[in-house]
Amino acid sequence: MEHYNMNLTLKVWRQKNRNDQGRFETLQAKNISSEMSFLEMFDVVNEDLINDGKEPIAFDHDCREGICGMCSMHINGRAHGPWDGTTTCQLHMRAFKDGDTITVEPWRAGAFPVVKDLTVDRSAFDRIIEAGGYISVNTGNAQDANCLPIDKHKADLAFAAAACIGCGACVAACKNSSAMLFVSAKVSQLALLPQGDPERKTRALNMVAQMDKEGFGSCTNTGACEAECPKEISLTNIARLNREFIGAGLTTEK
Amino acid sequence: MLNAKIPAGPLNSKWEDYKGHCKLVNPANKRNLEIIVIGTGLAGASAAASLGELGYKVKAFCFQDSPRRAHSIAAQGGINAAKNYQNDGDSVYRLFYDTVKGGDYRAREANVHRLAEVSGNIIDQCVAQGVPFAREYGGLLSNRSFGGTQVQRTFYAAGQTGQQLLLGAYSALERQVALGNVTMYSRHEMLDIVKIDGKARGIIARNLITGQLERHFGHAVLICSGGYGNVFFLSTNAMGSNVTAAWKATKNGAYFANPCFTQIHPTCIPVSGDHQSKLTLMSESLRNDGRIWVPKKQNDTRKASDIPEEERDYYLERRYPAFGNLVPRDVASRAAKERCDAGYGVGTSKQAVFLDFAAAIERYGNIEANKRQMHGVSKEEIIKLGKEVVAEKYGNLFDMYAKITGENPYETPMRIYPAVHYTMGGLWVDYELQTTVPGLYSLGEANFSDHGANRLGASALMQGLADGYFVIPYTIGNYLADEIRVKAISLDHPAFADAESKVRDTIAKLMSIKGSKSVDHFHKKLGKIMWDKCGMARNEQGLKEAIEEIRALRAEFWKDVRIPGDENEFNPELEKAGRVADFLELGELMCQDALNRRESCGGHFREESQTDDGEAKRDDENFSYVAAWEYKGPSEYVLHKEDLVFEEVKPSQRSYK
Repeated sequence: MEHYNMNLTLKVWRQKNRNDQGRFETLQAKNISSEMSFLEMFDVVNEDLINDGKEPIAFDHDCREGICGMCSMHINGRAHGPWDGTTTCQLHMRAFKDGDTITVEPWRAGAFPVVKDLTVDRSAFDRIIEAGGYISVNTGNAQDANCLPIDKHKADLAFAAAACIGCGACVAACKNSSAMLFVSAKVSQLALLPQGDPERKTRALNMVAQMDKEGFGSCTNTGACEAECPKEISLTNIARLNREFIGAGLTTEK
Repeated sequence: MLNAKIPAGPLNSKWEDYKGHCKLVNPANKRNLEIIVIGTGLAGASAAASLGELGYKVKAFCFQDSPRRAHSIAAQGGINAAKNYQNDGDSVYRLFYDTVKGGDYRAREANVHRLAEVSGNIIDQCVAQGVPFAREYGGLLSNRSFGGTQVQRTFYAAGQTGQQLLLGAYSALERQVALGNVTMYSRHEMLDIVKIDGKARGIIARNLITGQLERHFGHAVLICSGGYGNVFFLSTNAMGSNVTAAWKATKNGAYFANPCFTQIHPTCIPVSGDHQSKLTLMSESLRNDGRIWVPKKQNDTRKASDIPEEERDYYLERRYPAFGNLVPRDVASRAAKERCDAGYGVGTSKQAVFLDFAAAIERYGNIEANKRQMHGVSKEEIIKLGKEVVAEKYGNLFDMYAKITGENPYETPMRIYPAVHYTMGGLWVDYELQTTVPGLYSLGEANFSDHGANRLGASALMQGLADGYFVIPYTIGNYLADEIRVKAISLDHPAFADAESKVRDTIAKLMSIKGSKSVDHFHKKLGKIMWDKCGMARNEQGLKEAIEEIRALRAEFWKDVRIPGDENEFNPELEKAGRVADFLELGELMCQDALNRRESCGGHFREESQTDDGEAKRDDENFSYVAAWEYKGPSEYVLHKEDLVFEEVKPSQRSYK
């Protein structure tokens, strides 16, 4: 792989706190190696800001392996930037060339208020899980794991849905700020498995109700969420959620 | 001498006996007992959920924006359990034996046996929660092999096992939050323990959004905050992983055990430059199918594909024919370092070896062709089929490798090198997981107990969940049964006020330095000292130098660190500064512990103590003990020993040949 260095212009969203109006700030990133990750480029920029006596850019990040779901930058108009199926932390500077201007914003959604700069509050996702994103089994109640054979195909589909990292890119990508892909991934995972069956109806109804309560928008099937999802969660999960939700609404006795 | 409170009786009935005789708390009393849990990884989330289910009032804390982000999420390969589903001779005893041997006879037998006993329950519990483990076509669970064992006992979910297990524990936790049994405090960092009459009674936490300091009462406090690998700056840990909670416990009287026992994982993506912020693991499961090699010629600059078979040195298969590429991590790491130091390394830095899947791709391709009754197919077709199988097993890891390095591992071998991954040392705990401070417990990687001097692959997930789901719910009752008469202590108690003002002073001091260098500057310097002198190989002179260098660096940090911004707002630099300040103290203790332990064992390799063929040489006569350090003041630690008694397993020179 050829390595090269580049100079970049960054237009970064700066916002002191939730109540601040916020604005773009233009910064220079110099001598950036093509081998760096996008966040390592931010480390370099922040180090320069600190050395100049300025405030570094606040951004969320933790594992830097593309699995914790903490990083959350909207880069040049795309959630997690230009590479498909990739989180911001796994995006590498090979994706850019010398002289590029890169615009970086936080996730934009009413349900994800900005905490500072590029950091947002995604606790709405936790509350949606609290509404039913689980199987009610207390510790110690389980039977032997192999007493419950599960069709491999269904297990694989459940796993693919369970790969969701809860980063919120689907919401950021959606013009309606809908959280349907996130909710459908959890509902699908548990609806596909026999363990999830007893609470299937209430789960779909309650999670959707909580989603609405948090102020996420409606789904209009544009598919932007699937296109931007770093874990490539399939849109078919939304179709499954719709079936689960409608089915539950029609048959539930409550 | 430390008393580990190991129950009497034969090894395989200790835990049963304990459970049958420990004190219980009745449900009405549980509702009045409060428990604080620090950290929401596998240990913390499973403990908080299980204790909430029992009816205790639980408060859980994590510094991330959601409990689901804890770094357990990044564990890739799998979780061990003695299910013997493969009928290949596994048993509780074998898992116990492999773990004690793998830990180079520096773990406590009774804890390890309990771990093996509950391992099967963990898999049952996780499946019941809807964790989508890999399955065979018959619908039953699939297993694979990991290092240091000769059976297939590892359960997995592609290369995302940690993620799936954590999301299982997280969903159980969120269910308890919804039920009101657990209160969750995300973006909060614990900055001190509050002790009243010698017992842990609460914490001081900082709300990371507002900067406010908060007081929280608990009848007991559980430290489940993970390991301290980030003392090396570069490690496979998350950027935020830190020792702060465990270190505050240490400064409040909890002993810190075996701090020098660090695991260097053999298969990580090599460092690419000075900008590197962290290292990425390539799961040990890859050693099931990947073959590790270097060229037989020194300084060979040819591409891997241009080096013919007979000019390759599969050095693990050569040196360790019985275990081959699946030797334990410490052994594999040292062997890679040995080859690279001798001039056989590959890549631009020469600090890398190849991990090659060509043979596995061809083997799987042939199996697949047979399965599908395809005859006389071309080599290309076989390779194509084989790649599909490999993609199913390791696809996400291969993708990650490609994104980071820009190379396609299906076509060219991966380049890998060892990196800091896990810390076996941690807070000293007794059989009940209680530290030396009454009411203060430690679970998961944050404690020291089960892995001795080297952890086997797929055992960290097992231990975290064992501690949280199946151990602490019993052992904490044994303590809390005597606390039922203790009413919630007022947050105005002088002990809370003192602890809070101490924390406030430390923050004010950090903010007032207004020096000239960033926190990362100091962290990187500390990391380099640790890696060079307390890393894969250690010697007396280097360790003595390291202690001096760390002391000097610490003094410089407190004079010259620059923290921008304000303490009463979201300030990631201030968070980092507090963590690095603690690493600067811990690093010194690690070197002191390594200096004290004049033997090699597991991941701790003292160059002065090796066999003729370069393997770690233990000194059981003088060092068959847990070194637990008591904090007495800056740079002042007192050593307490817990002698290791082996009733079941006879310590011998570990051999994987």
